[in-house]
Amino acid sequence: MNLFQQLRLGFRSLLLHKLRSALAVLGILIGVTAVIWLVAMGEGVSYQAQQQIKDLGATSIIVRSIKPAEESSRDSGARMGISYGLLREDFERIITNVPTISRAVPMREISREVRHREHFVDGQVIACTPDYFGMTRLRIARGRALSEVDIQTYANVVVLAHEAAMKLFPIEDPLGRAVQIGQEFYVIVGIAVQRSAAAAIGGSLDARQYDRDVYIPLSTFRSRIGDRVATIRAGAFQLETVELTQITAVVDDMKEVDATADIIRSLLQRYHKVVDYAVVVPKELLEQAETMRAMFNVLLLLIAGISLLVGGIGIMNIMLATVTERTREIGIRRALGATKGEIVQQFLWETVVLSGTGGLLGVIFGFLCGPTVNGVRRAVGLFLPEVWAALPPNIRNLEPRLAPWSIVAAFGISVGVGIVFGIYPARRAANMDPIEALRHE
Amino acid sequence: MNSDRAITRGSNAVGVPPVGAPSADVVAAIRGVSKVYSLGGHQVKALDNVSIDFRQGDFVAIMGSSGSGKSTLLNVLGCLDRPTAGQYYLAGQDVAVMDDETLSRVRGRYLGFIFQSYNLIQQLSVVENIEVPLSYQRPPMPGGRERCLKLAELVGLSGRLGHRPTELSGGQQQRVAIARALVNNPHVILADEPTGNLDTATSHDIMNLLDALNQAGRTIVMVTHENDIAERARRIVRLRDGRIESVADVRPALLSTR
Ligand SMILES: Nc1ncnc2c1ncn2[C@@H]1O[C@H](COP(=O)(O)OP(=O)(O)O)[C@@H](O)[C@H]1O
Ligand SMILES: [Mg+2]
Repeated sequence: MNLFQQLRLGFRSLLLHKLRSALAVLGILIGVTAVIWLVAMGEGVSYQAQQQIKDLGATSIIVRSIKPAEESSRDSGARMGISYGLLREDFERIITNVPTISRAVPMREISREVRHREHFVDGQVIACTPDYFGMTRLRIARGRALSEVDIQTYANVVVLAHEAAMKLFPIEDPLGRAVQIGQEFYVIVGIAVQRSAAAAIGGSLDARQYDRDVYIPLSTFRSRIGDRVATIRAGAFQLETVELTQITAVVDDMKEVDATADIIRSLLQRYHKVVDYAVVVPKELLEQAETMRAMFNVLLLLIAGISLLVGGIGIMNIMLATVTERTREIGIRRALGATKGEIVQQFLWETVVLSGTGGLLGVIFGFLCGPTVNGVRRAVGLFLPEVWAALPPNIRNLEPRLAPWSIVAAFGISVGVGIVFGIYPARRAANMDPIEALRHE
Repeated sequence: MNSDRAITRGSNAVGVPPVGAPSADVVAAIRGVSKVYSLGGHQVKALDNVSIDFRQGDFVAIMGSSGSGKSTLLNVLGCLDRPTAGQYYLAGQDVAVMDDETLSRVRGRYLGFIFQSYNLIQQLSVVENIEVPLSYQRPPMPGGRERCLKLAELVGLSGRLGHRPTELSGGQQQRVAIARALVNNPHVILADEPTGNLDTATSHDIMNLLDALNQAGRTIVMVTHENDIAERARRIVRLRDGRIESVADVRPALLSTR
């Protein structure tokens, strides 16, 4: 018998018990679909993380101010509030003392309500220099970015991120109009293009929406708002003095990243009694993300292995029942000239048809991963808006990415499972005594 | 052994040739075959030193009371069971010493089986059932499908090629089984109570068919316990306690030179 005939015979024998065969197929189908979906989700998460890390730049080193434990802050006069973090002096020291740095950008950031008439946005006020736009690849949709002149003239100008602009100006054109931040008014000179949210990787960077940011010149921030700002944390009013929230340094060559980060660390260590800063190397995060992905994949393979094992046991169970039921057929075939090997082959093909069908359907369902996730997302957003809002952005924005290897592997494994779990029933069939088998009712 | 010889001689049947390979027109021959079953310590001799020759065109009915060894003999002849002692020559080879795989090939190549309960494969159609032995031919037999169609016509089932066994009457199913037993052009057709499940009229139809096949030169060995069925054969071999009790000629042997 040729391959086609073998497969056809297998199909027809399985059709003798449609429900039973369908259940066995379902077992494999679920296993294969689960593998493909989980891998796609994992790949989606990892892709998202990698994109964000790449946005931060593999050649950059990020130094952020970190609020130290209460007692150890730099000076903690209860009335004065606490003061911590990176200083403008640190920035000067870094750019003058670290030769490998080609560019460094200081930044100050606070949470503030931004108003326009009755509209308001709880956003992040980012005080920065023009370089910040280039470095973070923040592109301007309309108007212009902040300029060197804005810095020098302490101009009351602002660039709005996409969502902030939409919220504050639902109807009018925001360009040229003013928004209120604190007591001051700022003229809108530009609007940024939409950006995706960032994910937290290694706990070093906040996961947040960039789309509600507003950008003002760093010099303006210092003169209008100042270093000391009031914050409300856990219901308590607190004064915090912070000069810079973040310094981003860029080197020319990725090979210089680690050494440069070390120099920055030792430089800061010399001038800071407490560690009120953190040095984050996106390149390391990238490596960390790779490691996490590898670990995730191992976990997936484990889950996949277990589900396919369960599917395989289901198949074996059904094939054992089939072999018992078809004892007579086995006897007939043996009498008519079939060798043990040919009986083994017949039943193995049957198992492979069973598991292969499950695998094939599993692959088809695997392809439905993207549409399904989108459908679920839309349904949750529509019917459970509070749940939707509570989800972290990296889950809300997750796009599953089908990995071709997972499709090939899942299908291959399902067929393999069929063969492995089919061997025992097939051998049992072949080893029956033909005389006994013919006598079987 | 001596008594066996005496009986066969006395009944004027084909004499047992000397031990060794049988002559050319003998398609199957068993020589001094015994089959012993050990059951819980004591031994049962299902066959006890049995020797018979089957010539080309022979039609032998095996009779005997229940437990006399008919099935055991047919199983040995069908290469489904190996004798405990003795030789079995089929197509000039001693099959008593062959391994399981070679025996399977021998069955597929030289033997045709007809069973009491037809034993068709339920999920296959009439023509596919007839085809089953062909799928185990090594090397494959050329012109298989046409041969199946011709045989279906021969047994009068051309109009039912696509039917499943469950859609056929008992007589029709047995006709399919007969066509299947012929498809590999076997040296010997072995039939185990082929009319056992059929009514009298249908039994005679089936016997007419077997008779016609025998007239055409086919060698048939058939187990039966019905006298009128056995009368349709050329020779009747009676077994008792695993030994040949008598061999009786019913009709003269077919004079065929093939
Ligand atoms: N597989 C077996 N195991 C043990 N004893 C058997 C077996 N097959 C047959 N026998 C014994 O061998 C004898 C002949 O059996 P069998 O050939 O089936 O007789 P028949 O077909 O003429 O009724 C009986 O006594 C039976 O009990
Ligand atoms: Mg019997």
